[in-house]
Amino acid sequence: MKVAITSTGNSIESMLDERFGRCSYFVIYNTESKSTEIVPNPNKDAENGAGPASLQLVASHNAEKIVSGEFGTKIKSLADSLKIQLVVVKEPKKVKDIIEMLNK
Amino acid sequence: MSPRVRKIRKVFNPPPVKGFKPYGSDTDGRKTEPVQLLFEEYEALRLCDYDFYNHHQASVIMGVSRPTFTRIYASVRQKVAMAFAEGRQIVIEGGKVYFDSDWYHCKDCKCYFDNPRKDVEEIVCPLCGSKQVANYEIEDEMPDAGDNQHVDFCVCVSCGYKKPHQPGKPCSNEICPKCNAPLRRNVGRRRRGRLNN
Ligand SMILES: [Zn+2]
Ligand SMILES: [Zn+2]
Ligand SMILES: [Zn+2]
Repeated sequence: MKVAITSTGNSIESMLDERFGRCSYFVIYNTESKSTEIVPNPNKDAENGAGPASLQLVASHNAEKIVSGEFGTKIKSLADSLKIQLVVVKEPKKVKDIIEMLNK
Repeated sequence: MSPRVRKIRKVFNPPPVKGFKPYGSDTDGRKTEPVQLLFEEYEALRLCDYDFYNHHQASVIMGVSRPTFTRIYASVRQKVAMAFAEGRQIVIEGGKVYFDSDWYHCKDCKCYFDNPRKDVEEIVCPLCGSKQVANYEIEDEMPDAGDNQHVDFCVCVSCGYKKPHQPGKPCSNEICPKCNAPLRRNVGRRRRGRLNN
């Protein structure tokens, strides 16, 4: 299964980005192959619609879960309709910490 | 800084059953087609006649225009009446809706998560796998001191009475001093800059 993790930088050493729609990067982690793909977020500086556009991006990478610090209310509804699970992590964590938890 | 989590409103609640069957002496021999209710029709009826929202409020909650709402509502009233009058079954299915899923909180790793796949029976934490999870109403835990006092209100949906919500006190336990209807939570539009989407 693929999990999208919002990241402040382009490595798994980076911190989890607390914003979803305007995060800097998405780390797409594949829990079966244990591989990661780092996708820069083109909606980082978008004025409007960053959330839905980012959700589409994540969905196009077949992610079934998204881990971030916060999601807008619109995202909740859209993610529900796409059957994508949202996970909100409020404590500061590195992306690799999240990956470690997923591997346990 | 303590976490600030916004309240996330459920848009649709799935019906508790798949439909209704008439009972009584004459029901078995009947060969009438069941009446089909769409989910959105069920939802319109529930919002108006069970939760007592007016049409305007209900249309906003469902995210449809007022005329669309009026059409859905008229249709469900007519269908339910037909089922009653003709002794027909009601089947609730279909329609272009999704159900907002509930939020959960993991007591082990402290994350919050939802469960968009309603067919999953056992809820475990999607991060750490813990079963120590509890249902969670996401609410604003830390209103800013200065810039937006009383962004949440307890409101009366029948007469419009409004008072600032007191954190920790469920609105549904309170009664409107003007008309005795139960109060509900109404979360103001705020902090648009923080919505991230
Ligand atoms: Zn957990
Ligand atoms: Zn009232
Ligand atoms: Zn209240």
